[in-house]
Amino acid sequence: MTTQTSRWQRALRGWFDPRGRDAGLIAFALNRISGLALVLYLVLHLCVLSTLTHGEPAWEGFLRLAHTPLFFLLDMALFAAILYHGLNGVRVSLIGLGYGGRQQKSLFYGLAAAAVVIWGIAVWLMATV
Amino acid sequence: MTESQRPLSGNGRPGPKRPVTFRVYRSRAGSGAEPRFDTFQVDVDPRMTVLDALEDIRTGQDPTLLYRHSCHHASCGTCAMKVNHRDVLSCVTNVLELGTEVVTVEPLGVLPPISDLVVDMTPLAEQISPTGLKTLRLSEYNAKAVAPEGVGAYHRFENCIECGACVSACPITNTDSDFLGPAALAATYRALLKGDTLPEKLYALADCEHGAWRCHTGWECTSVCPSDVDPAGLLTALRRRVLVQKVRRLFGIGG
Repeated sequence: MTTQTSRWQRALRGWFDPRGRDAGLIAFALNRISGLALVLYLVLHLCVLSTLTHGEPAWEGFLRLAHTPLFFLLDMALFAAILYHGLNGVRVSLIGLGYGGRQQKSLFYGLAAAAVVIWGIAVWLMATV
Repeated sequence: MTESQRPLSGNGRPGPKRPVTFRVYRSRAGSGAEPRFDTFQVDVDPRMTVLDALEDIRTGQDPTLLYRHSCHHASCGTCAMKVNHRDVLSCVTNVLELGTEVVTVEPLGVLPPISDLVVDMTPLAEQISPTGLKTLRLSEYNAKAVAPEGVGAYHRFENCIECGACVSACPITNTDSDFLGPAALAATYRALLKGDTLPEKLYALADCEHGAWRCHTGWECTSVCPSDVDPAGLLTALRRRVLVQKVRRLFGIGG
């Protein structure tokens, strides 16, 4: 019988081990990672908003923190996750219903390239405007 | 060595042998011993397949090595295994074309291991069986083949050799042991087209927690399929049929 540990190991390897796999698994794994990151962000976002209940000083303190380089990096990572998850979601919706399945690799590369371009423009705007 | 005895390269000309190291997964279910990798050196000629190399190891180095094979030409599907982590038929996987000095050979994933490279194929048969589909049929390439009544044209699923590579490569079968899996869901779609099995039974198979909707379209099943069955494509076509059927039922259209 499979132990609990080995079942987890098998699941993680099935999801994230790229050896011997194709572009489909890369897209699948990135979708999960970006999805989990967005869920984590949502929780953090609600926690941060809750500082409003502690009054203006607490909120001002958070705003000072939000203007540090670390938060800029986190914003860039967040936007990358949103872009990838959203664009790949379009791809998954299409091929999941049988449209463009044979082109799914090209779709992945195309949408990933679009995500990188849009992300680059967004980072440039965030850094300069 | 005479000219006729020398190994031939892929283009028909004699080619040199090269030493290749094989890391082969070893285990005995129920023995209590931890699985391990054994290492073997094989002089590989340019036409040698992984299955040839395993036979070389078994006959010349370790007669206890267990693996399964039959036809040697990608028709029977019994020799599927992981070679350098990819699910392939070992009988048509050329060793030197892998391009690695060390070749790692493991049993298929997901399916229960029995011994060394042999896995239990019973779960796969049990998943396909409810569709009522006998998967080995006439080839679509046979010009004289006539599609049975109710089938517009032969589909690629006719080529399924039930090797289990798609099941092994699927990220969801690795997560959800109750997932019907790409081979069985492709069979479900084919059975729907064929019309021998009650559609309600097939829709029930597909439209459940562990059915067609569990697939996350990683497309790895189609990527590794040695017979170009395109299980992912058939599975997504099945989803469309299920969706249309649900909408029709919602509005009381049709049977």
